[in-house]
Amino acid sequence: MYNFEFVKPATVDEAIAALREEDAQALGGGQTLLPTMKQRLAMPSKLVSLGGIADLVGVSSDGATLTLGGATPHAVVASNAGAYPALAALAGGIGDPAVRNRGTVGGSLANNDPAACYPSAALASGATIVTNAREIAADDYFQGLFSTALDEGEIITAVRFPIPQRANYQKFEQPASRFALVGVFVAQYADGVRVAVTGAGNDGVFRWSEAEAALSGSFTPDAVDGLSLSGDDMIGDLHGTGAYRAHLVKVMTKRAVAACN
Amino acid sequence: MTKITMTVNGKTRSGDAEGRTLLVQFLRDTLGLTGTHVGCDTSQCGACVVHVNGKAVKSCTMLAAEADGADVSTIEGQAAPDGTLNAIQQAFQDHHGLQCGFCTPGMVMSAAALLKDNPKPTETEIRHYLEGNICRCTGYHNIVKAIMAASGQDVGAIAAE
Ligand SMILES: Cc1cc2nc3c(=O)[nH]c(=O)nc-3n(C[C@H](O)[C@H](O)[C@H](O)COP(=O)(O)OP(=O)(O)OC[C@H]3O[C@@H](n4cnc5c(N)ncnc54)[C@H](O)[C@@H]3O)c2cc1C
Ligand code: FES
Ligand code: FES
Repeated sequence: MYNFEFVKPATVDEAIAALREEDAQALGGGQTLLPTMKQRLAMPSKLVSLGGIADLVGVSSDGATLTLGGATPHAVVASNAGAYPALAALAGGIGDPAVRNRGTVGGSLANNDPAACYPSAALASGATIVTNAREIAADDYFQGLFSTALDEGEIITAVRFPIPQRANYQKFEQPASRFALVGVFVAQYADGVRVAVTGAGNDGVFRWSEAEAALSGSFTPDAVDGLSLSGDDMIGDLHGTGAYRAHLVKVMTKRAVAACN
Repeated sequence: MTKITMTVNGKTRSGDAEGRTLLVQFLRDTLGLTGTHVGCDTSQCGACVVHVNGKAVKSCTMLAAEADGADVSTIEGQAAPDGTLNAIQQAFQDHHGLQCGFCTPGMVMSAAALLKDNPKPTETEIRHYLEGNICRCTGYHNIVKAIMAASGQDVGAIAAE
């Protein structure tokens, strides 16, 4: 890894000021960024650690909305997000215990890996991504593989998840990386069901609108029986073809709905 | 270079680190604590697991500077000063939980983190917790047995394979 200057500010304002410098980059848990830098795929001149900003860590709920601080580690979400059990379970299933102690929700959403878990929860929950500058609806936030609506130097300070009536995340794990080969997050709200799929789409996380319509009519696993996705729109790699992933999306959706009932 | 200071196994230790110095490099190269191993350097194998402020982390994927001021425990701090092994280490020896021993520092540190949160884990919980620790020798079976034994549970219940 190329060398860089390391700074660890204590406030969001100081972090934003430090990030104004050219080639400065935010450091969350480092579970994605440090491996990327070791491979010299990223070479920031300055890393601005968010790990010293107490305001960015925490889980709170007012009954209707669960709010996560932008630098909250996965392990903290897993043990403190009881108000939204499906989200706590998702966080508790990321990687392994040591990864969960360091990796953060903001880092995961900023990175938008097509196989990451959190993007599906944010999209299926219609979450709001709160940054130092503005609020972004999840529907506008995810913009394709590893790409988001965030501007340079903008950091995620919090994420607000409306708490659904029922929800479940089903992850078909890629056993070597422990990321999702396919993950489906189903959330039922008073005004309808939302279904978000990670690990499968050629353009990253997506909402499966046909399944949402069918499940909003009848919230049973059988409701999606007649639906199918095209393998052409799915990632195909050595772990599975597009057609295989398309099949898995339906299977995982049915399992998620069954787990809610 | 910046000077960083941390408490390692109860003692205050300082040294110089670059921005890019990893915690595992600082422990091994600067402080001479070579018990913590680097198996992969890509956050996969868990040979480098240490505790930072009581939490298990992969020290190959944390900057030394991030641990400035932290309380760090490594494998060197597990046995008593006179060399008497702690319960987990002794159980690894008694139950043949190691062969080459390369993964063992990380296994012991992960096991210690597990037992702190969950003093009587089931076999399934142990296997799940060790997902980020790879062992190329033992087939894991005796590691699971050792952790069952270290937590005061009957290992007879785990069928031999
Ligand atoms: C072995 C292993 C297994 C894993 N398994 C899974 C899995 O099953 N599912 C899964 O979803 N993920 C998995 N991950 C990824 C893990 O969740 C990462 O923690 C996460 O993707 C990145 O979070 P981080 O806090 O470590 O971010 P970093 O690595 O620090 O940063 C990643 C990117 O986000 C930016 N960033 C960080 N924080 C913020 C912020 N608050 N605002 C704006 N930008 C920010 C950084 O500048 C960088 O570009 C795994 C990782 C490893 C090493
Ligand atoms: S050396 Fe750190 S996980 Fe393998
Ligand atoms: S004992 Fe050899 S790698 Fe585990």
